[in-house]
Amino acid sequence: MAALFCAGGVAAASPTSIFAPASTPARELNNLSIFVLAITGLIFVGVSGLLVYALVRYRARKEDVTEPPQVFGSLQIELSWTIIPILIIVVLFLTTARVLYKLQDAPEPATALDVTVVGHQFWWEFRYPQYNVTTANELHVPVSSTAAPRPTFMKLTSADVMHSFWVPELAGKTDLLPNRVNEMWIDPQKPGMYVGQCAQFCGSEHAKMLLRVYVDMPDQFAQWIANQQRAQPELIQPTPAAQDPSEESAPNAGNAGIVRAAASRIPPNSPATRGNIVAVSGEESQEISAQAGQYVFEHEACISCHTVAGTVATGRYGPDLTHLMSRETLASGAAPNTRENLLAWIGDPNQIKPGSLMPAMHLSDRQNEQITAYLLTLK
Amino acid sequence: MGAESMPTVPGIEAGLDRTSGSTRTGTYLEIVHSWIVTVDHKRLGILYICYALVFLLVAGVEALMIRVQLFFPHNNFVSPFSFNRLFTMHGTTMVFLVGMPILFGFGNYLVPLMIGARDMAFPRLNAFSFWISAFAGLLLYYSFIGGVGLAGAGSAPDVAWFAYAPLTERAFSPGHTVDYWAVALVASGIGSIGTAINIIATVFCMRCKGMTLFRMPLLPWLYATTAFLVLVAVSPLTAAQAMLMIDRYLGGHFFDTQAGGSAILWAHFFWIFGHPEVYVLVLPVFAFANEIIPVFSRKAIFGYAAMVAASVGIGFISLGVWAHHMFTIGMTSFGNAFFTLSTMLVSIPTGIKTFNWLATIWGGKIRFATPMLFSVAFLFQWVIAGLTGIMLSISAWNWQLHNSYFVVAHFHYVLVGAIVFMIFAAIYYWYPKITGRMLNERLGKWHFWLMVIGFHMTFDVMHFPGLLGMPRQIFTYEPDRGWTLLNQIISVGGFIQGIAVLVFVYNMVHSYFRGKEAGPDPWDAWTLEWSTTSPPPDYNFVVDPVVASRRPLWDLKHPEDPDSAFE
Repeated sequence: MAALFCAGGVAAASPTSIFAPASTPARELNNLSIFVLAITGLIFVGVSGLLVYALVRYRARKEDVTEPPQVFGSLQIELSWTIIPILIIVVLFLTTARVLYKLQDAPEPATALDVTVVGHQFWWEFRYPQYNVTTANELHVPVSSTAAPRPTFMKLTSADVMHSFWVPELAGKTDLLPNRVNEMWIDPQKPGMYVGQCAQFCGSEHAKMLLRVYVDMPDQFAQWIANQQRAQPELIQPTPAAQDPSEESAPNAGNAGIVRAAASRIPPNSPATRGNIVAVSGEESQEISAQAGQYVFEHEACISCHTVAGTVATGRYGPDLTHLMSRETLASGAAPNTRENLLAWIGDPNQIKPGSLMPAMHLSDRQNEQITAYLLTLK
Repeated sequence: MGAESMPTVPGIEAGLDRTSGSTRTGTYLEIVHSWIVTVDHKRLGILYICYALVFLLVAGVEALMIRVQLFFPHNNFVSPFSFNRLFTMHGTTMVFLVGMPILFGFGNYLVPLMIGARDMAFPRLNAFSFWISAFAGLLLYYSFIGGVGLAGAGSAPDVAWFAYAPLTERAFSPGHTVDYWAVALVASGIGSIGTAINIIATVFCMRCKGMTLFRMPLLPWLYATTAFLVLVAVSPLTAAQAMLMIDRYLGGHFFDTQAGGSAILWAHFFWIFGHPEVYVLVLPVFAFANEIIPVFSRKAIFGYAAMVAASVGIGFISLGVWAHHMFTIGMTSFGNAFFTLSTMLVSIPTGIKTFNWLATIWGGKIRFATPMLFSVAFLFQWVIAGLTGIMLSISAWNWQLHNSYFVVAHFHYVLVGAIVFMIFAAIYYWYPKITGRMLNERLGKWHFWLMVIGFHMTFDVMHFPGLLGMPRQIFTYEPDRGWTLLNQIISVGGFIQGIAVLVFVYNMVHSYFRGKEAGPDPWDAWTLEWSTTSPPPDYNFVVDPVVASRRPLWDLKHPEDPDSAFE
């Protein structure tokens, strides 16, 4: 009992308690768990009470060396402690089955928000197919009320190894498996931020595959979606010479290059469409500015893994950076998303998250500063 | 009721060869040689037990390093890479190099003695099984030096003890650490299967005259059940390791999801082994409880037939519950419901056993010597472990509890609270038989109370971070989650258990040289192993014993009220 009160006290201080449900699945599980705890608690009190009584009552007295009467068994008693547990199990099983089917086989309403969750070593990718939005690590969903139900139905899969999606206050966990799609749903009723993390061991940085779910009011959510749908501009405009389509030395650059390439049906990934012929003047390349940062970002390996929608950066291996600065954390929650942390992260991700699959690119300090300046504009 | 008052009955008392000297002569080299080439079941049993105790210390140190790392949030005591190796090796070691060997050790030592045989059915297979198990342990630990892995050379396996695919595939685990893990488990599996065959053959073919199956003590019954489970359960594990190696080196795609393989397939294979494995570990300690609790309660076991039926029943049911480890993996609702029910069914035979132990104590005259103290703690802890097991079987609630510290607390309650405690009870109980000297009672009580305090500090508290959302196998955690204080209590408890084990090791060594002479029957017990000298001669019994009941020594000591009159 004392332990239970202690637990209550500690639970109040934790943002990840399974006994503080904020969504229907978590609430159903919470109610079920209280019922099961009550039954098992009664069994424990009964059995341990009998045991303590027997140990005290039947302890040997020092001077007594005689043997007690030998009893070999009793069919009636054996039957009673076979049948009573069977009855308890019937009750527990039927209660469980009701909750199980209700949650797992719930139909998806037409108003539901679809989200595709893709697990990666060691971060989360969230896609909103209804809105053509991709983001990472911080899931935004609208609040759902009985008046205007808007649950979020998630399809979960993995790009590499097994992971598990767990935000205890919203729902139980569901694993993310490569080559397979699992499903789960939540309908959070209170706006706010809910935290969780990967719950299936997935490699070196399993512990820092943290997870945040922001439950927004409907208008906030609409605003957030609208912002996420916005593409980012190419900051470097091609030089007048490069704009001349007849100029072979600088055929394409930036967006203009892609547009022209699309018109002339050059495959989008061909060298001709990469804006890498744009020259930055000596002065510009020394300057710590967003433009110079984008130049470095697009001319180093960054774009092999990262996407910034609207620019030539279309890598898919790492998190989508289009609206990086709309997120509060870096590296799947490993650090707050500040300028200092960004700079440190780009310099050497292993300092913040050893085992992270993003390599240190060994750029100069100036280049790191420039990239950071660029990333800070991705709001 | 000492051994001196024993009346002489031909057939058993004649087995007591008091002239057999236990002092062995020869040079140091000859003694070592004799231990290496031995095929004696008692010596192999001792080898198994010592081997397991060494690895118990090693894996215990690994556990304490884990606990130091988790003492503070964002602690840097070990790197994430080392931490992953530590918990992988801790789990693998405790299951394959401590649990199985120590229980096989006791089985080897006790089964022939308790059924009145002179050795196991296949003594040379027995020696082979031990040495290949020993090889497996050394191979696994060689990976610390020789394995090249994700983090460079000198890298032990770091994929968790259940090694879920596709993390074990070469794309995600380059190098050889997973290979060390897989090959070591295959080797240890071969040893286990050899021992299982041996135990089955011994129990069914080597019983002494008069010992029908239903006059057999419960320990051989449970060991036979365990041995059948090993045969059924270890084979899928070995098959899975072979498939994994085919994936890694021969271009197979069983678990290689990038080429269309299945991650769930591995989970099924592993847990078809993994769940019966729990019962492979726990049935032998039930067997110890079945021997120790009656002797210290001074009563026959209550409901012998029900105990046999429950044990065999657990064996059967445990083969159909494995997917309760996979409630979150995406099974259908019907699948989840099925495995909920089958898992709950296990609680019926285990409940019968628990109540029968209670009824054995009821009306007895309980002596609280160290073996009984550990057995009583086992009973309490087993009840709690069973109840948290019921909680985990509730598949819907399991979606919250799975892979959290609640699960870690639950299975440590089983593995430490029940199994390790009962192994300690067994060592205190049979050490006099094995060495001829008693363990020190005073040190034993220190060991017991430190162990109880440490255990409950660690594993009672460990349930709560799980309920508060702490997943297992994380090398560090966030300070704002409310887990810090709980983890600190857990770690302190872990170190108290560490001290308890040191007291125990000291007691073992000290008593070996200075302990009180035990005599053949120090506990005034009733089964055949107590009818011969301590330690028994190589041939166990001078004359093959003849028994007329389940408690042959009770019949000897109480000719006016023999069990054989009632059976």
